[in-house]
Order: sequence, then structure tokens, then C-alpha cells
Amino acid sequence: MHKFIFKPFDEMTEKDYATVGFKSGLEIHQQLLTEKKLFCRCPAGRYSDKYDAEILRHMRPTLSELGEYDGTALMEFKTKKEIIYRIKRETVCTYEMDDTPPFQIDDHALDSALAIGMLYGCTMVDEVHIARKQYLDGSIPTGFQRTAIVGVDGNIPYKNREIKIIQLSIEEDACREVSDIGHRRVYITDRLGMPLIETVTGPDMRTPIEVAEVAQICRRLVRSTGRVRTGIGAGREDVNVSVTGGTRIEIKGVPRIVSIPLLTYNEAMRQWNLLRLREELKRRGITEKSFKSKTENVTKILRKTRYQPIQNAIEQGMKINCVLLQGFKGLLRWQTQTDTYFSREISDRVRVVACLTTLPNIIHSDSSGDTIAASEWQNIKKQIGGKDDDTLVLVWGDEQDANTGAQEIVIRAKEATIGIPSETRQAFRDGTNGFERILPGPDRMYPDTDLPPKRIEDEKLEKLHLTLPNRIWENEKWYRKLKIPTDVIEPLAASKYTKLFEMLVKDSKLNPTLVAVVLIQYQKRLKTYFPKAKQIEIETFEEIFEAFKSGIITREGIILAMKGAFTNSKLRFPKKIKSPELTKVIKESQKAIKKMKVQKKDKATEILMGMIMHKVRGRVEGRVVAERIGFSGKGKN
Amino acid sequence: MASDDYKGYRGEALSTLKNFDALVWSDVEIKTSRGSYTGIILPRSETADPLHVVIKLRSGYNIGIAVSKIQNIKITGRKEAHYKIPEKAFPYDPKKPNVKLLGTGGTIASRLDYRTGAVIPAFSPGELYGSVPELADICNLETEKLYGVFSENMGPEQWRGTAEAIGREIEKGVQGIVIGHGTDTMHHTAAILSFMVQNSPVPIVMVGSQRSSDRPSSDAALNLQHSVKTAAESDIAEVMVCMFGPTSDTYGLLHRGTRVRKMHSSYRSTFRTIGDIPIAMVSTEKITPIRTDYKKRRNDKNVIINTAFEEKVSIVYYYPNMKPDIIDSLIDNDYKGIVIAGTGLGHVNKPLYPALKRAKEKGIAVYMTVQTLWGYVQMYVYDTGRDMMELGVIPGENMLPEVGYMKLGWALGQTNDLEKVRDIMMTPIAGEITEREPSNGYLIFQGGIPEVEEFISKYRK
Repeated sequence: MHKFIFKPFDEMTEKDYATVGFKSGLEIHQQLLTEKKLFCRCPAGRYSDKYDAEILRHMRPTLSELGEYDGTALMEFKTKKEIIYRIKRETVCTYEMDDTPPFQIDDHALDSALAIGMLYGCTMVDEVHIARKQYLDGSIPTGFQRTAIVGVDGNIPYKNREIKIIQLSIEEDACREVSDIGHRRVYITDRLGMPLIETVTGPDMRTPIEVAEVAQICRRLVRSTGRVRTGIGAGREDVNVSVTGGTRIEIKGVPRIVSIPLLTYNEAMRQWNLLRLREELKRRGITEKSFKSKTENVTKILRKTRYQPIQNAIEQGMKINCVLLQGFKGLLRWQTQTDTYFSREISDRVRVVACLTTLPNIIHSDSSGDTIAASEWQNIKKQIGGKDDDTLVLVWGDEQDANTGAQEIVIRAKEATIGIPSETRQAFRDGTNGFERILPGPDRMYPDTDLPPKRIEDEKLEKLHLTLPNRIWENEKWYRKLKIPTDVIEPLAASKYTKLFEMLVKDSKLNPTLVAVVLIQYQKRLKTYFPKAKQIEIETFEEIFEAFKSGIITREGIILAMKGAFTNSKLRFPKKIKSPELTKVIKESQKAIKKMKVQKKDKATEILMGMIMHKVRGRVEGRVVAERIGFSGKGKN
Repeated sequence: MASDDYKGYRGEALSTLKNFDALVWSDVEIKTSRGSYTGIILPRSETADPLHVVIKLRSGYNIGIAVSKIQNIKITGRKEAHYKIPEKAFPYDPKKPNVKLLGTGGTIASRLDYRTGAVIPAFSPGELYGSVPELADICNLETEKLYGVFSENMGPEQWRGTAEAIGREIEKGVQGIVIGHGTDTMHHTAAILSFMVQNSPVPIVMVGSQRSSDRPSSDAALNLQHSVKTAAESDIAEVMVCMFGPTSDTYGLLHRGTRVRKMHSSYRSTFRTIGDIPIAMVSTEKITPIRTDYKKRRNDKNVIINTAFEEKVSIVYYYPNMKPDIIDSLIDNDYKGIVIAGTGLGHVNKPLYPALKRAKEKGIAVYMTVQTLWGYVQMYVYDTGRDMMELGVIPGENMLPEVGYMKLGWALGQTNDLEKVRDIMMTPIAGEITEREPSNGYLIFQGGIPEVEEFISKYRK
């Protein structure tokens, strides 16, 4: 059935992806640009690794609204992690510490979410209900994220079809993880509670490239509202991938869109190869029912081993368990992703669930690498009663962890006979992914009893609708018609200046190319000199263009004014020079140049031009000066 | 039950649902003038408006739909929620001590209530074992639900009932008693139980939670473990409150029932011993006494239960510019006792004097406590204080105002003879008045000061 073999990433064609039934959807998290956090009055967007105090908590699973426990919750409970929160007075109050109930939802954030929902063409809800979405990994001290749907059922055009937007929700951001070693996970809380929106698309993308392209469209669409944060970590994607016969797998927290194609390719390959592995197991007669394994304590046999990790473990008084997987010989070397094998699926589980975070955390008899001596494998095999077609896996740790580890090895190996376990997986830099946790279901949702539902009046939506920019694809079409430079079209359409541009071109009748170039290119270039400066406000640009239009400043004056806007808050326009003053400046400069020893006589006029412009830049067009002194330029404008 | 068919819905929303025979828990497709939604119709909170229908979407999220926009509701199925903590029989081990858990309400064990949209208590040994299986490692637990009320609704009837239940359990020979209680008035109940139950041979531990147990971060499970451990294993035979020491999940404190007070509206570590130090620290591993002068566990059953209580007692929280009519109205309404929470060392303004004089003449017991909470009433220091004593106001030493209220109610319940009342009031029974305030009995760290910040950064909050 699964005859197709994955080719390297570059060689995969659209047809190949069709063969494996590649399907992918996105969950895009985008921080909203607000002054404060979503459910308290702490400032948003202030990051620092410094902290004043620590809090320790544990998480326990609780029942869902429909009276069921969530699978992930139970898994996380099994891991028994000690969670440490680092808190800083300036960015965290007693709300984030979960020592104060939530305050009313930040109106500004809610407005932004509603506006963006409408931009996606969603059906907006009439009453927003805050839910608690459980996260027992500790990334939120309450153990849940407060989240609410604001709209459902939107769409964006892509190629010649539509990508469905299933839902758009507003939610609070989680902590940033500092470390996760053994039974201790550390978080910093500065980001915690910041408002963000989550946009969920349908599983409508058919190739890895399509996924990235749709992510890009969505990113640009939300940016065009000017209501979202930009920069590292402000936008993060979760990518859902499945293949025919596979399972929906969620790859969490992809920070960059460019890494999406390789990640989704590897996930599709992983699922496909796991399905092939199931077929191989079936061929060997191993099914869910006939699966057999055995676990034994082999600490004694390995007392004198020279293999360093186990030697260390024994010195620390740890236990070494051996798991025999009957009939699995060679299968731990079964390829799953690029340069990645089935053994890693097992190692990941042991790492996460048994908290054995120091790698390697398992070794196995299928490995070609140097581990324990062949004679030691033989002895273990004898003790546990293994046959030639079996595989042995060793795991070590303190008594409890070693036992949990052995259990997880058995669980994961057995799952291979069933198919692909529903998981969320974390993205790695090399484009592969690793197990993070069991995929949570709707059972982890619970209504927030701390906050009443919030009614959204039609008038509010109508008002917000007026503030919406055109959707980017509509603007881009118009810009192309206006013939503004091609490299400016996309950034402009996704910027917060679209409404301003429209006004300046339609109402003020300014040259579209000039306006577009000033808004995007000038600003970009100037930004390299003022990397810390914020984007220029729309109102500031309005003033600058007004001054330009009424002749107060020249084209060059625009740049000076923008520089001013970057460095201080108040706008100061250079006054346009009057003719007598200009004549005076020219005469003085001519006098000065005569006193200088100019080596290359032919450059004299050019130097003069430079001297004069240095004094009058921004107050008069360069070409006026050139004309007066008879400078013909260097052949460019 | 027909009334549950459309649970919580009223007005326009109710008639719309009835129109389409769309009962609560129906799986539906709702068509509106804006678009369509698919999900399960949920009950609605009775306090919410009558204009929206709540559905749970497939993703698990809930949303509200304005009924005015609904065009059609198509019913495709039904999925009713059975919110139930998995019940497992609490294991019995003859080698383990027997502990009784008396429930009065509160959020120690709770679940969602659709009617109000808030949480309501859920409570049985099976449920507790289902959610906190660790309890079985400590003891054999039996539970009895005495009441199911929020703590603000606790009153004399419940106090008496609880004290009597404690007496019965001691008679039966339990090794310790835990009382689940809402936190708001836990210190009131702790105080009255300290008076109503005397000479207890076993620990009596009050416990609650500041974060309800339907939250993964709840303090309920750990508080329960701490309190059950204290009841089963500690040698402290007093009425105590067992709640978080710091906000971190590290240890709990055992506060003496007459010196404890809830000091923050929402913090986990809200309970503090005032004017003294707590009796002990408790973690899941061990109980560490931090003082030695507590009453020790005994093997007898010689408990004294005295549930007298006079309800016509009040606390008056004095404020500048208070008018005498406040006191007058208590006199006119036949109050028998007044506890004043005065300013500073125990003062009220002069305009109140005539009213206080009237109270004295009518034979009303008036006791002074301090609204500073820490420190003693010292009415000899200023003339004001001496004047008031002339008017019959009795200084209540360092009794906390709420404790003073409870004790005065208890004393007046036993006798109307003001001299006898005075004897009862001024003779410490359970640490409500202490002879001395240790220097570490008053510690409220001030944030921002370098050495305090240094301390906070070293020890988990």
C-alpha cells in the first residue's frame, strides 16, 4: 500500500505530495499590539531575563466541562514536574502568579481581535465566552490559558481556491521556557498574559510550500491592520500535518515561516514511514494483539561496563532496565525523518515522560554505534531470554524514572503496531521534529467561571469595520495598476499605511510612487541608522505630506523630517529658502572654494555643489542649486 | 425534569429554543442571519441575559449566539455532560489512623454549576480519593457532609452543628478531624470552634482552598494532604487552620484557631497568625512544630462541647465622624453585646460617649478591640481611654475583633450576668488573649526595601 518512498526534500514534486495525500493546516499565533496585558494591567511587551523572585508550583489534572480527563493532562501528571516561575515586579502582578482572579478583558485587545476577525471574513460571535484551555506543562501558572472565540468560518483567497479560516480566538500568551532538566522546568513570566490571536485555517494546503505561502499571506494580512506586534517571537505558527492513513500531528511553535516547508516535509515523511513500519511489523506477524515485550532489571550485569553513560549511572546508584521488544530486530533503525530513526521516537518519550533529559537516554541492540560490549549484550540477552530477531533497549535512571522509562518504551513500541500516535511535536532547527506531548482534545476546555460572557454589540462591529484596511490582495491589485515600484507593492499592502496611502493618492493627488517610496523604502533605509526607533506614526506622515504638498518642505525635506520623527517626538520642518538668502550662500561658498587648493579642477563645481547643499539641504531642491551654479551632475539624479 | 430541558434559559432565548424544540445538550446546526454554527447547546447561567444561546463548538470552545439572528436550528443529536469526579472506594488499612473529614462547603472540592456559572462543592470520600489519591497513603478517611454552604452563609446553627459533630467523632475514637470550609469566614468558625470544643484529645484542622479544585493549579489537593496529615499524625490537639505558608506549593502553616485571620482577598498564602507565631509548618513529608506550648494529643475522650451562643452581638468598626446613632440603633434593637474595633490603642470619638453610657445603663456588654489587628488595647494611656472605661467599655486585650465577637456571643449565650461574662471574656481559653506579644509576632515585610527584596529573591514566595 505505501509503496512510495520519500525522496530528498528538493526532489519532491507536487505529484509526490498528492500521492502521499499531504494535508496541512495552520494555527497562527500573533501577538496584538496593546499597552497592557489581556486580563490584568501589567505592561505588555517588556522582555527581560532578569527576575526578582521565584515561585514553585505543581499541576494536577482536572475534569473537563463534559466530565472527562484529558489525555495530555494525565501524561503531564505522570511526569511529575516541579515548575519554577521567575517573576519580575515590573512585568508581573498577582494575576499572572495566579493569586488574583482576572480583571475584565482589555478592550483594545478585544477590538483588535474583532477587527482582524472581520478582515478574515469570519462570522463574528454575538457573545464572547472566555474558556480555560488546560496546559499542564506549566507554561501558564493557572494550568490553563484563558481564551475565547471571536469569529468562525472565514476565508482567504489562495491560487484559484479558498483557504478556510475555521476560527479566530483571542487568548493570553504563555511563559517562555528557560530550561527543562530532569524533574524541574523553569519559566520566565514576562510574556505571560500578553494578548494574542490564534487563527486556525482548514487543512487546505497540499504541499509544504503552500503552507508557507498561506502563512505569509495571513501574516501580512494581520500586519496591515497596524494592530499587531512585529519582531522575533511576535508571530508563531503551529502547523498541522497529515498524510493518507496518518493522523493529524501538530508541530508547535514554529518561529519562522521559512522553516515551515522542511518541517512539514519531514513530518509527512515521518508519518509515511511509520505507516510503512506498521506494514513491516504486520509482515513479521506483530500486531497490537500479538505484540510482546518484557522488562528486566539488568543493573548487575552492567556493573563493570566501560560504556560511560551507564558507568556513570551505576556509580550514582541508578537502575538499568532492559526492555525486550519481541521480533523488532533492526526496526529501531527504521528511518522516520531525515537522518532520524524510530529509536528517536522512543527516546523522545522517555525524555519527556520519564524526565530522563540527559542524552543518550536509551541504547539499543540495533545500534551500530559503540555502546556496551557485545559480550554484555549477550549476557543481557541470556538473562532476559531474548532471541535473534528481538531488539533490546536499555534505559537508566533512579528507580522510578527507570521504570517509567521502560513503560514508555513498551507503550511507544506497541503504538507502532497501531499507527501514528496523536501528538504535538516540537520543531527542531534542522527541520525535523520531536515528541512534545500527547495531542490534547476538546476535553481540555472548561468555561472560565471567573468572568461573565461579554456581549458584542452590532454597533461596535460596524464601527470597527470602518477602521479596516482593504484586504491586501485587493490593494496589491490596485498598486500594480498605479505602477508603483514592484518591490514596494507587497510591503506597502501589508503595512499600516494602506489607508493613508489611499488618502494621499486619491484625496491629496500626490504621486503614488513618491508616496509609496517614502512610506516604505525611505523609512526602511532610515531605520538602518535608527534601529531602535519605532515605525513612524500615521499622523506624523500626514503632517509631513501636508507640509510637502503645501510647499513648506522639499522632497529632501521629507527625509529630514522623517529623521526628526525618528529622533524626537516633535516634528520640526526646515523652512524653504528664499532667493536672496540662497544667492548669499552661493556667493560665500564660491569665495571659500577659491581659497581652497582643489587638485582636480574638473571636480570644482561638484565640490561647490556639495558645500552649498550641506548648508541648504532640505530647504531647496538640489536641481535649483545645480542650475544656478551650472552643475550638470554626475549623470544620475 | 421539564425545568431542566432548557436549563437557565428565559425570555426570548427560551421561546426561541422552544420554537425549534432545541433542548439543552442538543447537537445542533444553528443558521443565523450572519452565518452558521455547529455545536451542542449548553445550559445558560441564570444571571446571564435572556438574549443569547450558548453552544459548545466542536473545538470545545463556547460562544453565545444572539437569538434575534437565529433563523433555524437543526437538531442532529444529543450529548449530555455527566460531570463527575471518578469515584473510587477509599482503601482501608487497619494500620493507618482514622480521620474524619467534615464538610461544610467551600471550594476545597468543587465542580461547575451551570445554574450560576460558578463552582459548587462536590464531596465524598470516593470523589476525594479519585482526585487526591495521595490521601490514602496517610490515613483511612471517612467523610460526612454537614452543610453545603459558602462560608459567608455559615452561622450559629452551622457552628453548633459542627461542634456537635466533632464531639460525636471524638466519642467514636477518631484520631483526627478535618473540617472543609470556605475560606472567607474560616477564621470566624475556627474561633468559635476553639470555644465550643474544649479539651479536645485530637487535632481539629480546618482547611479550604483559595483556587478551586477545578483548576490544575489549585491549592486544594495540597491543603487537603497537609490537613489530613496533621489530623492523622500530629500531636497538636487544638483547633487549627491549615493553609498555604507561601504562595508556592511547598508547605502549609498550622495556625491557632483564635489568632488566625484571612489577610488577602485572593492570595493562596492569605491566612496569617496575628500577634504571635503559628504552631507548626506542615509539608507532605513532615510536620515541624515552631513552638512547643501547644496542647498535646491524648488517648482519652474527655472533650467538652459547649455550644452556647447569643446572636444579639455585633462588631462596630469605628471610623472618624461616626455618629452615636450607630450605637443607639444597636441598643434600640436589644443587642446584648457590642465589640468595638477602635482606632489605635482602642479609641472612639467623644460624640459616642452618651450612646456608650446608655448602653452601660441598659446592661449591654461592650468590649474594645483594635482595628490595627496587631497590638493590645491600652485604654490607660490616654484620657479618652480612661473616659471610656468609666462608661463601661472593657478593654479586650489583644483579642482580634472577630474573635472578640465570637467569644462575646459564646459568653452571653451562657449567662446574662455581666460579671460572669467578663470572667469568661478575660480568661484565655485557647490563646485568644496572650500575655505577651513576641517580637516576631508582628512581621509585615515592606516590599521595595533592599534587605526585604534580597530575602524574597532567596526564598520562594
